[in-house]
Amino acid sequence: MFRFLINRLMLLVPVFIGVTVVAFGFIRVLPGDPVEVLAGERGVSAEKRVEILANLGLDKPIWQQYFSYLSDVLHGDLGVSVKTNRPVVEEFFELFPATAELAICAIIFAIMIGVPAGIIAALKRGSKIDQGIMGISLVGYSMPIFWWGLLLIILFSNTLNLTPVSGRLSFLFDVDPVTGFMLIDTLLSDEKGSFLNALHHLILPTVVLGTIPLAVIARQTRSAMLEVLNEDYVRTARAKGLSTFRVVTIHALRNALITVVTVIGLMVAILLAGAILTETIFGWPGIGKWIIFSIFARDYYAVQGGLLLIALTIMTVNLIVDLLYGFINPRILHKKDKS
Amino acid sequence: MFLVLVVLMALFADVISPHEPAEQYRQFAKLPPAWKEGGQMQFFLGTDYAGRDMLSRIIHGSRLSLLAGAIVVVLSLSVGVFLGLVAGYRGGWLETTIMRVMDTIMAVPGLLLALVLVAILGPGLLNAMVAIAITYTPYFVRLTRASTLSELNRDYVTASKMTGASSTRLMFVSILPNCMAPVIVQGTLSFSTAILDTAALGFLGMGAQAPTPEWGTLIAENRDLILNAPWTVTFPGIAILLAVLAINLVGDGLRDALDPKLKRS
Repeated sequence: MFRFLINRLMLLVPVFIGVTVVAFGFIRVLPGDPVEVLAGERGVSAEKRVEILANLGLDKPIWQQYFSYLSDVLHGDLGVSVKTNRPVVEEFFELFPATAELAICAIIFAIMIGVPAGIIAALKRGSKIDQGIMGISLVGYSMPIFWWGLLLIILFSNTLNLTPVSGRLSFLFDVDPVTGFMLIDTLLSDEKGSFLNALHHLILPTVVLGTIPLAVIARQTRSAMLEVLNEDYVRTARAKGLSTFRVVTIHALRNALITVVTVIGLMVAILLAGAILTETIFGWPGIGKWIIFSIFARDYYAVQGGLLLIALTIMTVNLIVDLLYGFINPRILHKKDKS
Repeated sequence: MFLVLVVLMALFADVISPHEPAEQYRQFAKLPPAWKEGGQMQFFLGTDYAGRDMLSRIIHGSRLSLLAGAIVVVLSLSVGVFLGLVAGYRGGWLETTIMRVMDTIMAVPGLLLALVLVAILGPGLLNAMVAIAITYTPYFVRLTRASTLSELNRDYVTASKMTGASSTRLMFVSILPNCMAPVIVQGTLSFSTAILDTAALGFLGMGAQAPTPEWGTLIAENRDLILNAPWTVTFPGIAILLAVLAINLVGDGLRDALDPKLKRS
């Protein structure tokens, strides 16, 4: 297990370096005078200009600039946002729980509906139910997320007045941000009804963000189940007299678990990309919305830092998922890495 | 079937669309679709905030979306397959470098990377297409490299080498055709995702710019109207959905057809 971990970490190092190069290069590739670009549209005073030039170190050779950037990164200094004058790292970690909460809820939603749907579709292969489930899931991942979100807003928030349009909590409630996860914080606070309110705000964004993972999970689970159900050992188990239920739950489900964990690994990047769109539509104050606004506001330190941190997040989650996968399927822990 | 329709629509856009997509009929602004009260047959799907006919805009948009999807796939496929072949065939540090670069590209979520690239290159449909193509390339590289590696051990490769075939000839004429099956499947998948991503970039204001009637941009333009005029937002989205659905159906069919020949690697 340990060697596996080290192996994986070794693979990550070049990728991490690659991402820092991209983040580093990104600012320097922008058209225009970098000082003007970084200072924002308000123009730049003489002292600010000197400060920015010193920061960028444009007079030094490029590889020296890169190494000073890299050392800054490794010390946790990702620059200061031009718009809010706060360290980028601080802003990122303040907004991160909102996105994490949304992503976790979306994935739970996707698993809770997707896995049973896939299993049912596999068990009733070829029937109308199977075709229906597969049809819906095909539509699910053919949809543009942002449009789906808008459609749901039109339907549920406007016409039916069932759910709120944006934000995490109604501004009538005042809740202390202890963990950053609204669901936990509202439970901890003593504002009555705040938990339900937070849940209420979470429903639509979760459904929107979770639709694509749901579709993919349903399809993959169905394929995995179909493969397993045809295996000899399943027929043996049935012949031994075990009920279909036992066969399905014990043997087939374990394989479904492997599929689900694999899919989650693939989904992280998709979830983060989807979060950008979902948060923009629902005014959800998370990383996605922050980075979009930063790109538009030309707040390039924020974009640079955000890019790096998001990539790091994805790599970390992938690593955890890989470890989990190794746990469930011990065979791959001892296989030599071929990639 | 529907796909054929969409392609036809794109090709004949100029002829069949009832109005000029950019023509504004200010006095008819924000009309509901023909079947609702207040709508007119002349503007079958209603009009947008500037009085432009929705149907015409959607029809013209189909051209842009299909074109965007096609260009993205052609770009990422050709570059990706080439790099994958080279990586698989040559091996050594060239392969390692190419694969690490691809890993780096894949470490960042596609949409985000495309956004950053468009921020550098400037907004616009062409830049959006290039940016999206870059984010898709790693998948083709991986696929081709994997296929190349497994083909390298085959007898026909050894035979060709012995008869003195040059490396280039070997790579492109002998090995390439046998790698194409998964590449084609990935290609159709990428085509549909490209349309979605182009629309997403358009929606965020980083892709096609107004007044270009790209479907995502259409939705973004009319976003303020979703309360009063929800049809301006609904129909472009339905168009995107149907087009992508059609392509995915074709892709599924292709995958089923090619599957028996696909090695389960």
